Amino acid sequence: MSIASTSVIQIIPRTRRGVELLLLVIAIAVSVAAYVNIGVTVQNAVPASTGYYAAGIGLLALIAHLALRYRAPYADPVLLPCAVLLNGLGVAMIHRIDLGLAIVAEARGKVPKGPAAPQQITWTAVGVVLFLVVILVIRDHRRLQALTYTAGLAGLLLLVLPLIPGLGVNLNGARIWIRLAGMSFQPGEFAKICLVVFFAGYLVVKRDVLTLAGHRFLGLDLPRARDLGPIGIAWVVSLGVLVFESDLGSSLLFFGLFLFLLYVSTERAGWLIIGGLLFAGGAFFAYTTFGHVHRRVTDWLDPWAIDGGQVKLGLMGQSWGGILGRGLGQGHPEATLYAQSDMIISSFAEELGLTGLIAILLVYTLIIERGLRTALGCRDIFGKLIATGLAMSFALQVFVIVGGVTGLIPLTGLATPFMALGGTSLVANWAIIALLLRISDQARRPQTPAAPVSDDTIAMAVQKA
Amino acid sequence: MNSAIRRLAVAAIVLMLALMANSTYLQAFRANEINGRNDNNRVRDSQFSVNRGPILIGSTPVAQSKESDDRFKYQRTYANGMVYAPVTGFYSYLFGRGGIELTMNAELNGSDPSMAFRRIIDVISNRPQQGGSVTLTLNAAAQQAAYNGLAGKTGAVVAIEPKTGRILAMASRPSYDPNQLASHDTEKVGAAWKSLNADKNKPLSNRAVQELYPPGSTFKLVTAAAALSSGKYTPETKVASPAELPLPQTTVPLVNEDGKNCGGSNNATLTIALRYSCNTAFGTVGMALGADALNEQAAKFGFGAKPLTELPAVATSQFPGDPNEPQTAQSAIGQFDVRATPLQMAMVAAGIANKGEVMKPYLVQNVKTPDLKTVSETKPESLHQAVTPQVAAQLTAMMVDVVNNGTGRPGRISGVQVAGKTGTAQTSRERPPFAWFTAFAPADDPKVAVAVLIEDANIPRNDIAGGTLAAPIAKKVMEAVLGQ
Repeated sequence: MSIASTSVIQIIPRTRRGVELLLLVIAIAVSVAAYVNIGVTVQNAVPASTGYYAAGIGLLALIAHLALRYRAPYADPVLLPCAVLLNGLGVAMIHRIDLGLAIVAEARGKVPKGPAAPQQITWTAVGVVLFLVVILVIRDHRRLQALTYTAGLAGLLLLVLPLIPGLGVNLNGARIWIRLAGMSFQPGEFAKICLVVFFAGYLVVKRDVLTLAGHRFLGLDLPRARDLGPIGIAWVVSLGVLVFESDLGSSLLFFGLFLFLLYVSTERAGWLIIGGLLFAGGAFFAYTTFGHVHRRVTDWLDPWAIDGGQVKLGLMGQSWGGILGRGLGQGHPEATLYAQSDMIISSFAEELGLTGLIAILLVYTLIIERGLRTALGCRDIFGKLIATGLAMSFALQVFVIVGGVTGLIPLTGLATPFMALGGTSLVANWAIIALLLRISDQARRPQTPAAPVSDDTIAMAVQKA
Repeated sequence: MNSAIRRLAVAAIVLMLALMANSTYLQAFRANEINGRNDNNRVRDSQFSVNRGPILIGSTPVAQSKESDDRFKYQRTYANGMVYAPVTGFYSYLFGRGGIELTMNAELNGSDPSMAFRRIIDVISNRPQQGGSVTLTLNAAAQQAAYNGLAGKTGAVVAIEPKTGRILAMASRPSYDPNQLASHDTEKVGAAWKSLNADKNKPLSNRAVQELYPPGSTFKLVTAAAALSSGKYTPETKVASPAELPLPQTTVPLVNEDGKNCGGSNNATLTIALRYSCNTAFGTVGMALGADALNEQAAKFGFGAKPLTELPAVATSQFPGDPNEPQTAQSAIGQFDVRATPLQMAMVAAGIANKGEVMKPYLVQNVKTPDLKTVSETKPESLHQAVTPQVAAQLTAMMVDVVNNGTGRPGRISGVQVAGKTGTAQTSRERPPFAWFTAFAPADDPKVAVAVLIEDANIPRNDIAGGTLAAPIAKKVMEAVLGQ
């Protein structure tokens, strides 16, 4: 494999930090505008908390930006603004639903629950701290390769954590949460990162064996039977997640992740076919054997049958949003169960309409494609695999949760990256973005050490010419 | 390696496109259907804050939204609610909608596509959305007469303008007060809803169109129409009309109501047979014509098809599928499995009155925007030519004879010639028979056709007969329409 033969190497080494700053300003402006818009429509006033919100989001974004200038000057300029925009809009929508729930509680003569938005801002801060730690501590992602098996073990442990009695809790039909010190965590979110590191490190070593030996069948290069071990283990583990944690989303995510990396490292489509068949078979077995899996599927096939079902309420909200949406603060997203967490995409679809939903999906697509772009440009195989794994995990997760909420596939309990209420997922996603930025810094950095050319010096050069 | 990553990049885009395509289908194409669901609280909440248009009779609102100072901006109120409830229906926060409130919901709240332009103007000029008005075809005097006539009884009245199909009256009792269900006091509404549904007299049911009854002797009009249309009979044709008609394949004979033969004759003419409503004579005719001919004639009057789309849950009147000979004889006199709504029997009378042409019945005269521009105006529409004008004239003469000389005498109006037919339908020995009367007037230039059904009149069973119970109500309703 020769990297020089691809077009990727043609990057002119520029830091693009100025572009990032401009995009960040736009992302923050959009988020703050949304926040103010909500206050004006729901409470007829610019909310008093606007300053707190704007300063919080703005400061966090600025710190992250400065850390990149300092330690990863060549990092991708689009990823951070995308993350800030999604996070900011997510907090604004959580705040909006806080207001809606308070109105409902008041109408029923009950005391409203405490608002969730400040909590989410706090978690954003924690996420950005982890972001800084990753950027500042991990100076070279290749050092993670030494942690391959540690990461694998950690990932597996995190995966089974919710199954430990007394620690794991069953929420909304799935057992993917743990409760510690009065707070809930979704360890699967971090398991995902650990497993990507493990898969990458493992495949860097084993890819030759998996690629070379094999035989052709029906035009497909099939692997040797004895090499099927790893895929078998991944299959059993992901089926275990499906059966014992009853979460189709996590199961699909982990197995899909492994398959994609296997495919990228070996470039043999045969793995995808074998894996796809294995997964389909396993999922069908689970569907016919286990009641809770079966119920998820029937709920999906006929969401209208369940009175007050979250999918049904969500679909009604999305329809009510129509093409242009009700407008921020003018719908009833609080009428949907879990409107701030599982169903937050439905809340956006209701108030911002199909238009807003597609815009959000495009931002997600940007993150995914910038992540894969990083993988293309990365010069080492380990980094390529990690970037691919992180980007594809993002893609799968968005597909699984948004697909579930919009009725395309059965609903599962995965978090909507950066937007859904929930600390674990938010913090983990900030770590993912940090890792991608770290790799992209290496990928975009000029190969021969040279003084970074900033946008300013180019601008000066242009002026002089 | 990079080519595999590129393929994954394409795959990721395909996943995102699938999400976008699915949401587009949901939010752009399926939205109307889902927004229209009765259990859609969001839409209901927002519609409760819309100034819903009135339901009018002439220019008088029978349902309108008034400003309210509680948690919703408007309160739906019904003037004379009990009288109009079977038609207007109700508009409830907890229990959805009924009647015109349900079927014309989009027009009343202004979200109908026909008002899209108006809505855009509202948005641009920052005016709140306002609903359109729906004007009914009902005649206030006739509706009140029908409602009053049913006092203390369980039954229904339908009056139709024969030339157009406009429904002039549609009453059903026991009725309910839609204001009770439209209230914003959810506890009271819940209690009212519970007791209305628990009531064994089914006050929420519009008996005029939602319930099916054996039409009894009023169905003899259909049998007579089939006989005259066959060309084998005239009003003067004599048919066997003994006190008891033995039926093939069974030991149970067909008998006349009074146990005697037909007006003193064992061989009465069709006119005499109709005058005294002789079961044996029409049983004989029915068997001679055959079930197919009866079925065909019934269908031409509207049996077997939903007659009205402007109300929910309208029942379809039925002629039995494949009756044997004794069943055909029973069917010919409106027994066995013949089932009809009062609206259907009014359509039979209206069809005969309108020279044999049955018009499609309708309740909504027009829909207008808040600034009184007409959005739609219902045009009379012909359903079928049920009989030829000649046969219609013969039937009219026979029905005039019924009112002047026969069972329909209580339906006479001084100075106006009424044509009509009585009916008494048995279902079982345990429950009282149904009393029917269907008529139209004036016979020479019909302005109104009416059908009255009394399900349960709280009087001893031997007193029940269409003529004595139902005909006086029909008379009042016709008088109201004719302005007497």
